[in-house]
Amino acid sequence: MNIFPIIRIVTKLLIPYILLFGFYVQFHGDFGPGGGFQAGVVIAAAIILYGLVFGLQSAMRVAPPWLVEKAMAVGVLVYAGTGMISMFRGDAFLNYESLEHNVGNHQIPSGQHLGIFLVELGVGITVTAVMIMIFFTFAGRRRMPDAQWCATDSPTEPRRV
Amino acid sequence: MSVIVSGVLLLLVLTAVLIASLRDLWACIMATGIYSFLGAGWMLLLDAPDVAFTEAAVGAGVSTVLMLTTISLTGCRLRPVAVGRKAMAAVVVSVTGAALVYGTLDMPEFGDPQAPIQVYPNPSFVDKSQSDMHGLPNVVTAVLASYRGYDTLGETTVILTAGIAVMLILKRQEQPDATAEAELDDAPANSPPREIAT
Repeated sequence: MNIFPIIRIVTKLLIPYILLFGFYVQFHGDFGPGGGFQAGVVIAAAIILYGLVFGLQSAMRVAPPWLVEKAMAVGVLVYAGTGMISMFRGDAFLNYESLEHNVGNHQIPSGQHLGIFLVELGVGITVTAVMIMIFFTFAGRRRMPDAQWCATDSPTEPRRV
Repeated sequence: MSVIVSGVLLLLVLTAVLIASLRDLWACIMATGIYSFLGAGWMLLLDAPDVAFTEAAVGAGVSTVLMLTTISLTGCRLRPVAVGRKAMAAVVVSVTGAALVYGTLDMPEFGDPQAPIQVYPNPSFVDKSQSDMHGLPNVVTAVLASYRGYDTLGETTVILTAGIAVMLILKRQEQPDATAEAELDDAPANSPPREIAT
């Protein structure tokens, strides 16, 4: 796809910063505004932008559908798993106080901190994966036979004139 | 209300009217993107930056892309509908609208510190979060992920369920399945309806 050089180059320049912002929002969410959901949609938006400009196949090479499919469930597993760990440590489900422990001689700063971090990570993984998967399934559909051409074209193929 | 607040609200109303009056679906989708972006600005004015950039990323970004992908599949022509002016509809809409406006009359002032939302859940919730969370400064995250962790687990499960539902409904079949499906579709058309042996 050799058309639209400006869009392609600007996209290439932007995507790293969008991803960086996504990760910032994810891992700084307990200090600044943001959290797992926000980070998830921002990271997914970066990959969807890539798919729009460079085609669905390229996006699927970056985020393989089998991996995205698994990640959808892994996020919830991470979230619920955090709750289960606190349960097995003799506390209530999703009560992070019990996650406080020592690694060697170093004490983990705070159980609440660790719990919120893990839980937000789970939310982030699920939201990213679901958003990407929804885009993949929408963009992967074939055009209906009686659909009329209009101002937009499928993001996977260049416009036919 | 400051100029910016009323300006954003005015633009939101104008965009909504524009969306309702447009008949070109492509332009309509662009207008909904603009509406979401204005909504994000409005959330920022309400001091909710995290909601603002969720709105900007999901409303203006992802959902616009999804709707564009959809009309690229279905075509962008709206089937012409006879637009009649019905007196009954006008009455119903006006009465409902008036009731909604009437409902807002006894709402607290914008940013009022005595508003129920500021005092009801218990102000000490904000105060005690610092010590409960061992110094984690973001109260919103503390409420969402820790105090209300169970709710957020439910929300995450809802998102997973939504993703699974979209995949079940829309995911394209793999190639062998697709041909098998096509044959199944063809079969009833070419052969007479199968009779149930009794």
